[in-house]
Amino acid sequence: MKAGPVDASSPLLDVRDLTIAFGDTVRVRDLSFSVREAETVAIVGESGSGKSLTGLALMRLLPRSARIAGGAMAFMGRDLAVIDEPELRRLRGREIAMIFQEPMTSLNPVLTIGAQIAEVVTLHEGLSRSAARRRAIELLDRVRVPDPARRVDDYPHRLSGGMRQRVMIAMAVACGPRLLIADEPTTALDVTIQAQVLDLLDGLRRDLSMGLILVTHDLGVVGQWADRVVVMYAGTKVEEAPPGPVFADPRHPYTAGLLAASPRVGGGRSYRSGPLPEIPGNIASAVDEAGCSFAPRCPHAIASCRLARPPLVRVGEDRVAACPVVNVAEPAP
Amino acid sequence: MSLALDTPASPVAAMRPRALRAFLRNPAGVISLGFLLVLFAMALAAPTLYPEDPLSMVARPFLWPGQNPAYPLGTDSLGRDVAAGVVWGARISLLVGFSAMALGVTLGLVVGSLAGYFGGRVDDVLVKVIEIFQTPPNFVLLVVLVAIAQPSVSTVIFAIAAVTWPTTARLMRAEFRALRSKDFVVAARGLGYGHARIIVREILPNALPPLIVTSSVLVATAILMESALSFLGLSDPNVVSWGSMIGAGRELLRTAWFLSAVPGVAIVLTVLALNLLGDALNDALNPRVSGAR
Amino acid sequence: MAGLRAIGLRNRPAAGTVCRFPEDPGPCLMTTAERIFKSLRRNGLAAIPTVLVIVVLNFFLLKLAPGDAADVMAGESGAATEELMRQLRARFGLDLPVLGQLQAYLGGLAQGSLGFSPRYNMPVTDLILQRLPRTLTLMGFSLSIAIALGLLAGTVMALNAGRWPDRVLSVLTLLLYSVPGFWIGLMLIVLFSIKLGWLPSGGSETIASGRTGFDLFVDRLRHMILPALTLALFYVAVYARLTRAAVMEVAEQDYVRTARAKGLSAFAVGSRHVLRNALLPVTTLAGMHIGGILGGAVVVETVYSWPGLGRLAFEAVLRRDYNVLLGVLLLSSVLVILANMIVDMLQAWLDPRIEVR
Repeated sequence: MKAGPVDASSPLLDVRDLTIAFGDTVRVRDLSFSVREAETVAIVGESGSGKSLTGLALMRLLPRSARIAGGAMAFMGRDLAVIDEPELRRLRGREIAMIFQEPMTSLNPVLTIGAQIAEVVTLHEGLSRSAARRRAIELLDRVRVPDPARRVDDYPHRLSGGMRQRVMIAMAVACGPRLLIADEPTTALDVTIQAQVLDLLDGLRRDLSMGLILVTHDLGVVGQWADRVVVMYAGTKVEEAPPGPVFADPRHPYTAGLLAASPRVGGGRSYRSGPLPEIPGNIASAVDEAGCSFAPRCPHAIASCRLARPPLVRVGEDRVAACPVVNVAEPAP
Repeated sequence: MSLALDTPASPVAAMRPRALRAFLRNPAGVISLGFLLVLFAMALAAPTLYPEDPLSMVARPFLWPGQNPAYPLGTDSLGRDVAAGVVWGARISLLVGFSAMALGVTLGLVVGSLAGYFGGRVDDVLVKVIEIFQTPPNFVLLVVLVAIAQPSVSTVIFAIAAVTWPTTARLMRAEFRALRSKDFVVAARGLGYGHARIIVREILPNALPPLIVTSSVLVATAILMESALSFLGLSDPNVVSWGSMIGAGRELLRTAWFLSAVPGVAIVLTVLALNLLGDALNDALNPRVSGAR
Repeated sequence: MAGLRAIGLRNRPAAGTVCRFPEDPGPCLMTTAERIFKSLRRNGLAAIPTVLVIVVLNFFLLKLAPGDAADVMAGESGAATEELMRQLRARFGLDLPVLGQLQAYLGGLAQGSLGFSPRYNMPVTDLILQRLPRTLTLMGFSLSIAIALGLLAGTVMALNAGRWPDRVLSVLTLLLYSVPGFWIGLMLIVLFSIKLGWLPSGGSETIASGRTGFDLFVDRLRHMILPALTLALFYVAVYARLTRAAVMEVAEQDYVRTARAKGLSAFAVGSRHVLRNALLPVTTLAGMHIGGILGGAVVVETVYSWPGLGRLAFEAVLRRDYNVLLGVLLLSSVLVILANMIVDMLQAWLDPRIEVR
């Protein structure tokens, strides 16, 4: 399932020091990560960590009150943070696509699903009505909607959540995008459907060799489907590593807490072995903290944690973390 | 009584001071209320301000507004003082507006609360009645009722109430349906209170905010209806009203259009004030809508 | 207006039945035509008792009217003997007991007869049908203006929410809410007919002008502009406020974000995804306004001497011709019911979620 050894060529997407703000309130601060071709990067965190905002920022679909306050998002030789509206529209739906958390509300209720899929291919590939319709049926088939020739004329309200999410995926991959952003794609779905949808996404990633950003709060999803994990807390990246090492040996107290609080992964803990430990406290606002934003909830915090924001340091092969207490920094290569 | 402490509180009691403060912060609402109060005072003082019958000739005909300071709004074709007409007309407009509203709201409240509270058969029948009254175009029905009953101030009031009550009834039905299953109502029922007490003491106070807002708008509607009726000549010929002044000025549109314009401005200002008051009340009493998001 | 606010968006049809696809793929497939037919059948059945009750009420209102047709005719002819009055009453069935008269009235209605108008010396039905097309034309034109301007203004307001175009238009719509139709009609005559001389002040066409073809069409259009605008202005305000609220609500929906994520232009997103959905509450309300517009036509047709149903009602009042007046009331009630049925069909067409209810 996971991609083989990561190739060393330049990444598909390279996000550097991305900062997102609502007015004066910074919600994502100096976030950097990259995605290579055919790679799945999971962005993990609680709600409020800024992970969904990051996904929306890549599409430049932030809510009106939010703005990109700094940083760059290099994608196919362009900076997504600064390109103009026409250029952006050429990329959206064709080179970068996105699927959202709520399949129940993400489809237009008054248009057939066929029309909504056809809309993308007509727009970007200039297909005729009938050709677009044929493509829509093919796509429905590809995302494994049964009886696609008939379903193509259905309205969204006739479909279950899982089917609607498949339609969303069909729309997203219609033009063979280089990068797909999936924002909590299975959160709203039944547990039984979740794995099917993620398998589908993973298969499409491989077939189209597209980069996949999986925004999720579910560490179970991460372990099974991601090549790399970016853990976010209160708008900053606190740890980044491949999932195996993260689960075996988290190098940030927040990651450790998240693992301990997760029923399916994390040190052999299961539902039956007693109550899940919670991380004490609430997610902090990223703006007020001079020091580490996790410090108020951190069991290991020392005085210096509250004075300055700890830098991300290399803590092993292909992994970084932002906690000087747990890690003794290795010199950068 | 310790019992009362355990009863879920009816939510309306706590919001009055907050609503008042919210209302006072809304300049449009406060100005409108002020305007209406001045208009009321003027209407009440009409016999003192203009002791002459407003239908009597007092000066040279066709004085334009501003031409003679004694008649700031001019005189009509028969030398009647337009300003006197406007002040006396306010009496009719306000009388009809508020009486018709009171009558219609009372009827609508009774029908709507019974339908909404009891539901079932009662509701089915009353909803059908409401629907039947709502089907004929309001104004056509109004014209028919007034024409058949012969125009007078009181028939106009009754007829306007007869065509406007369904609005209130529908609104109150919806409110009562929503409120009857709320905790504090269920609790009151659990305490063994009778239907009448629950309707009047428990539900009604909580259904009042939308009723107050609607009332304000219904006064505006009634004033507009009255003016249209008297414009068409369907009013008491012996009293001056804004609508009848406009109707009389209509024949002279070419030479003295101010005769129609002036009373029209009076209607517009009054109705605008009532609508703005309704908006302000809505914002003050309904924080869900007004809350900035 | 508070009423409108209350109805506005809450009145949206709830989502219909969601099929738990793929377990039951068959039975819930319903085409647009089927949805429309279903709505038609349901409404048609529901309307029958309403119409019957209105007919009976209409009859009793007629009985309450002072004087009967015989009195009117006697009044016309100047002097009438007791004998002549009796003959007249017998001819119109007015000497029957009330229930007998009701039966006769219903029997007449079943044959499409609303009685006879002594003043116009013709059957009421003919008289009304003769006036009806002009009123329908005026209403249709007026409603089109109201919806077009209302959607435009509402969209502009929503797109500029909180900024000056929104504020200016908000004040304007509030003002339009508060202006009596007949008065704005007179003021438009003062401005456009008397002062500027651009448009005629009344009638439905230039009398005895001998115009034909396109010239006649233009002439009629020119006569219709002021009355239609007068009738429309209030509803422009209604639709503008409603559209503003609907567009702002729809623009926040997830599917609009999906549409933008596809790379669609702002215009395509706005027209295909936002406006299409925002139209649903607007059409609901447009249907509810048919009655209001018909009522408004009484006044506006009087102001502009427009020879339609409203003007006929006014003339009937002046001439105490209650047969005609109540005929207009009955017909306008039926028109309202028909309009509601059409709107329901329109809704079924526009909103696929409306299925079996």
